[in-house]
Amino acid sequence: MVSSAISLSTVVLFLPLIGIIPLLLMREQGADGHGNENFKWMALGFSGAAFIASLVMWATFNASNPGLQFAQQIEWIPSIGISFSIGVDGISILLIVLTTFIMPIAILSSFTAHVIHERGRERLYYIFMLLLEFAMLGVFMAQDLFMFYIFWEVTLVPMYFLIGIWGAERRIYAAVKFFLYTMAGSILMLLAILYVGINAGTFSLPAIMELIQTGKLVFPFAGVFSTQSFLFLGFLIAFAIKVPIWPFHSWLPDAHVQSPTAGSVVLAGVLLKLGAYGIIRFCLPLFPQAAHAWAPFVATLAVIGIIYGAWVTYAQTDVKKLVAYSSISHMGFVILGIFALNTIGIQGAILQMVNHGISTGGMFLFVGVLYERRHTKDIAAYGGIWKVLPVFGGLSLLIALSSMGLPGLNGFVGEFTILMGSLGSPTLGFFFTLFATLGVILSAVYILYMYQKVFMGDVTHEENNHLEGLRWQETTVLVAVIVVIIWIGVQPKTFFDSMGPTVTQMAQNINSAASTVLR
Amino acid sequence: MLHTTDFVILSAVLFILGAMGVLLRRNAILLFMSVELMLNASNLALVAFAKQWNQMEGHLFVFFVIAVAAAEVAVGLALIVAIFHSKNSINVDELHQMEG
Amino acid sequence: MENYPSLVTLILFIPLIGFVLNLFVGPRLGERLSSILGTTAAMLSFGVAVLLWTYLRGSGYESAVVNPPFLDGWIQIGSANVSIPWQLRVDTLSVTMMLVVTGVGSLIHIYSAGYMHGDARFTRFFTYLNLFLFFMLILVTGNNFLMMFVGWEGVGLCSFLLIGFWFDRPNGVGWKNSNAARKAMIANRVGDFGVLMAVFLMFWTFGTLDYYRPGEITNAELTGHETASAVSEGGHEAAPAEGEHAAAPAEGEAATTTEGHGTPEIAGPVFTDNEHIPTAQLGVFGQAERMVKENHQVSFGSFSLPIDTVLVIITLFMLLGATGKSAQIPLFVWLPDAMAGPTPVSALIHAATMVTAGVYMMCRSNVFFFNAELTSFIVAIIGATTAIMAGYIALGQWDIKKVLAYSTVSQLGFMVAAVGVGAYGAAMFHLVTHAFFKALLFLGSGSVIHGVEHGHHLAHERAHDAHGHDAYDAHGDAHGEEHHDDHPFDPQDMRNMGGLARKMPITFITYVIGTLALAGIFPLAGFWSKDEILADSWLKGFEGGSFLSSAGGFIAFVLLLVAAGLTAFYMWRQIEMVFFGSARSEAADHAPESVFSMTFPLIVLAILSIFGGFINTPSNVLGLENIFTAHNFTEWLEHSIVHAHAAPFQPGIALVALGLAIAAIFAARSIYGQGKSSHVADHDPLIDRIPSGGATIFGMANAKLHWDENYFRFIENPFNKMSQFLANTVDWRFWHDYFHDTVIGKGFVGISQILAKPVDLGIIDGLVNDVGSVVKWISNRMRVVQTGYVRTYAVSVLLGVVLVIVILILPALQR
Repeated sequence: MVSSAISLSTVVLFLPLIGIIPLLLMREQGADGHGNENFKWMALGFSGAAFIASLVMWATFNASNPGLQFAQQIEWIPSIGISFSIGVDGISILLIVLTTFIMPIAILSSFTAHVIHERGRERLYYIFMLLLEFAMLGVFMAQDLFMFYIFWEVTLVPMYFLIGIWGAERRIYAAVKFFLYTMAGSILMLLAILYVGINAGTFSLPAIMELIQTGKLVFPFAGVFSTQSFLFLGFLIAFAIKVPIWPFHSWLPDAHVQSPTAGSVVLAGVLLKLGAYGIIRFCLPLFPQAAHAWAPFVATLAVIGIIYGAWVTYAQTDVKKLVAYSSISHMGFVILGIFALNTIGIQGAILQMVNHGISTGGMFLFVGVLYERRHTKDIAAYGGIWKVLPVFGGLSLLIALSSMGLPGLNGFVGEFTILMGSLGSPTLGFFFTLFATLGVILSAVYILYMYQKVFMGDVTHEENNHLEGLRWQETTVLVAVIVVIIWIGVQPKTFFDSMGPTVTQMAQNINSAASTVLR
Repeated sequence: MLHTTDFVILSAVLFILGAMGVLLRRNAILLFMSVELMLNASNLALVAFAKQWNQMEGHLFVFFVIAVAAAEVAVGLALIVAIFHSKNSINVDELHQMEG
Repeated sequence: MENYPSLVTLILFIPLIGFVLNLFVGPRLGERLSSILGTTAAMLSFGVAVLLWTYLRGSGYESAVVNPPFLDGWIQIGSANVSIPWQLRVDTLSVTMMLVVTGVGSLIHIYSAGYMHGDARFTRFFTYLNLFLFFMLILVTGNNFLMMFVGWEGVGLCSFLLIGFWFDRPNGVGWKNSNAARKAMIANRVGDFGVLMAVFLMFWTFGTLDYYRPGEITNAELTGHETASAVSEGGHEAAPAEGEHAAAPAEGEAATTTEGHGTPEIAGPVFTDNEHIPTAQLGVFGQAERMVKENHQVSFGSFSLPIDTVLVIITLFMLLGATGKSAQIPLFVWLPDAMAGPTPVSALIHAATMVTAGVYMMCRSNVFFFNAELTSFIVAIIGATTAIMAGYIALGQWDIKKVLAYSTVSQLGFMVAAVGVGAYGAAMFHLVTHAFFKALLFLGSGSVIHGVEHGHHLAHERAHDAHGHDAYDAHGDAHGEEHHDDHPFDPQDMRNMGGLARKMPITFITYVIGTLALAGIFPLAGFWSKDEILADSWLKGFEGGSFLSSAGGFIAFVLLLVAAGLTAFYMWRQIEMVFFGSARSEAADHAPESVFSMTFPLIVLAILSIFGGFINTPSNVLGLENIFTAHNFTEWLEHSIVHAHAAPFQPGIALVALGLAIAAIFAARSIYGQGKSSHVADHDPLIDRIPSGGATIFGMANAKLHWDENYFRFIENPFNKMSQFLANTVDWRFWHDYFHDTVIGKGFVGISQILAKPVDLGIIDGLVNDVGSVVKWISNRMRVVQTGYVRTYAVSVLLGVVLVIVILILPALQR
């Protein structure tokens, strides 16, 4: 399983980090005396290379193998069992590809962002983007609890600066809130990680899993308040803040509204997935009984989040805030699917993570396009944009519909699978599904409201009549997003096949572990 | 045939002599020579024991000690010369500036 | 013949190709080519549908399941036994719908080429129409509920796009149009919620969503003798190998599996029913029938329910879906507003095809509804109530399209009620005939509106000739509500019409034919279909096995009979107001007849409205069965709708209904005829005619029974208020600002203040200082040890060494 040669996963992981080096070496001024044009191209090149490498990895990924692939392990601190250990399995492969897909899009969308020209420090901006990509990939690949924690915390740093330097008016407040809020949750996780690592004698996740499976490592479980449950909650709270599960969502609107477009795209596209990924990766397999016992509770929060999030979204007057709140509703579906604790639900949840990354990322992209032209996020400032920019209106409609869950597009496949999983789940059931399905109606209510307010009706503001057409960068990113939207919507089989064996095996382990206690 | 004990007794005697010299003498040069005496006493013991156990480490250490002693002499004499230059005396009792 | 069913993929891809071409190159093609492109796509699809029809007739109505090429399975989670393929179904029901959709669709494409002439987004319109056809055909051809749902939502999207087609009209009209579009989509979404829940429950009950699996026989009772006869005729009806039945539909290849049709080489037993297929390998309907027979208990994790109850729950959720899409109480409110779209759209989507999807779904699921008595009762009541309620509201409308919209709601109520009384064949029959005459009426009304608008511009031009005629030229697209006048002119308001019979003769004649067909006048199409529904509900009242179904039958019968009378009345009222009397506005006076591309579809549809009923003439009426064969259509449908059955003709009921309709027409003529139609706003001749209560009756109908207001008051407004409250007060002011910034943020600062001043400075700092002073005191005492004399130090070292030696040696000595 472990080879000394450099695995493909390592290549994907380090490509963005390597990309920072030429950026550091390049001169601040370009040939024309202005900012160096090559910063963005270099960043785009390296993130694009990472994307291609991850595609190669996906293509060579053996879908029928539920175990770890492209694994690489290098001793780091052997005395306490910490190693540099990465690998890819069915759960992470799609999210890795999502990350490497979103990053070039985010970088390309920054080409036209006026805020970077306004505030300068272009080199720093792209360095942070690449660092962010590196850290996020690390989170998805890490197979060692300690490394996971480090990558997890490292993601905060570039995001903090992206919001804090290139954000909107209240950027400092939002950046600090984002940092502190997520950091606070991580403390409990650190404690839980230390407890697990010290008890197991190693921080390596596969090793710990093996110990648990063979019964050599037992976290005592005796109901919802016992050692295992506390460990479970320690992890869960950190992840819940990141997702965010209702009611830990308060940082999200601030971060999204204040962040630059590319930051929002990455935040919605990938960062929120880290939390849900963590739940699938750690909370469920390490603490199956606790997960089983707490599932109805967490799923209740998820369902509240779905309805509450959608309802609150409807009243927003700021486009970005609207999309931000819609994330709460969408991520509620993901959490519901995870805590259905069956293979359908979890597969749906993983697919929905990808979907949300793409659809909501796409939403932020078109909001960004609007913002670049009018410099306002107030819905009332728009109206009738479809008439002025027909192509843009059509592309945006498709993205909005995907977010709404129109069958044939990606959002539907995820939501459908999740809801079906939750109805047949051993822990949830009819009423969870019933109320969560109401979210389908509510999402139509707010998405259509937003679309109508921005794109339909007559042009009421004179400025809107003279909007600049789409630039090629904007068209490219929107079309790229839409291609994936339709692909997943029509042929999700490819995606389900990639994750199927891993998730099925995990679901079986959880349910057999849980049933031994419940019996 | 001399027994190891004899060497040890000799070395002890030499060491005590050296120690007494260090404690009782005022002259820095003499102090210094007493220290050398103590070092050589321990060298003697080392060699004796090395022979007793038929192991080379003892000899090895003696060389180390000789080397260190040589270095010490070099540094020590230099210090004494420096002190003489400033104090015009090498009486150690006059050197108590480090008093707490 | 074997490969004929594969053509069904073409029927889907032709409109899709039309859509894609028109989307990307349409704007460059210009009006003419782009409309030809769209229309050709629709007509080619119709041609394919006809081919499929001939195939079915030629092959003894064998249903076929087709896997489309290029596509792998859809939602296939191998590890969890979820297999929802892209799979198409060719059977009598789906082909019926294909014929209607593509047939009426083609005519409306032709019509649109004339109607939309000059519109700024002409090609976009055809793009949407083709997209609509594509989705509608997915809806009717899918072999599982989820594919149906794709079409279901897809047509909802097209409906949204087309209702909001004129979203950019100035003066707030565009806003109103887009509001109507949004309302339609949201009301449909409420219904979709029901469909989704039904689908989830169905999946966990049956483990599949396929209607019927390949190799499964839809209606075993019929195939029994027919397969045998086909074999005796020496046909290719060889037996299917067992293996073929076992073969899961998950095989991704583009294979065509024909029911009861195996490879001729393999000889084996002839299967005339599904008994040999294990339950788990049947489609949902086959399983449902078997489970009902076995009184199966369905287990949902922690609890289990008998299959009957499960079917009731599933069908109730489906009913919710149908009320959304087919505009029944309580979700019908979107349909009248949907008239904001261009008139061809109203004809195609909101009268002939999309709105019948709910009826199609219920007929498709007839096995479920047949076995769910409670739901059937509720369906019958909802359908019949909707029919009479919408019929009543139609009485009080001034807008020509609103009348037709409510009429559509009412007629859909007929179909739904037919499903409720178990007359699935009759429901489909009415669906088909209604598609003909309602499309005709809508297109006719479009022609009228078009004419009046042109008339208005002509009149306008003449009146304003003095100061240039920019008005007409600027409005080359003569549609909608764009006017420069100070006083708004509504070309859809019937009070502005009158006397159009002479101006627009073709429109007039076809419109009257459509009206008579809708009113159920013998022997036009509507007579036969409406009569069959009435007869079926009457019979259900007598023969229904239980109190519930009998009650449902009688209630439906009475309500529908009244609704039929209302239909004839409001339709003739419309005829009188639009075509008879004298022109009540200059616009109506100058209205020209529409162009040929618009009148041609009218003529075709009029012919269909006249003769369409003969596809399903009953068996003992005037010897018609000798000409048309009796119950043709029902028998055709029986091959896919298991519980479709032909009801014997009820001459009494037919006469009563006919009499009622004729009486209603005369009543309408006597009230509105001879130019008594009002021109005064809000004053209808009905009010004069019935002195006591006439005003109330008309007022209530005119106010649409306050549905919209009540929806706003009890649902929309509370929803918005709650949304505002949650967003602004709960989430932002309390949770975001108060809790996080004040409680946590300020609390944090407060605690840090306490920690900084008293705690840190007082306790911790003091403690540290104290430690420091203690150390200082001790070291002051200690410093005397440091004499500075080397000798002292050497002595202490020596003493130390001696001490260590003593400690080391002492124990040895003691031993």
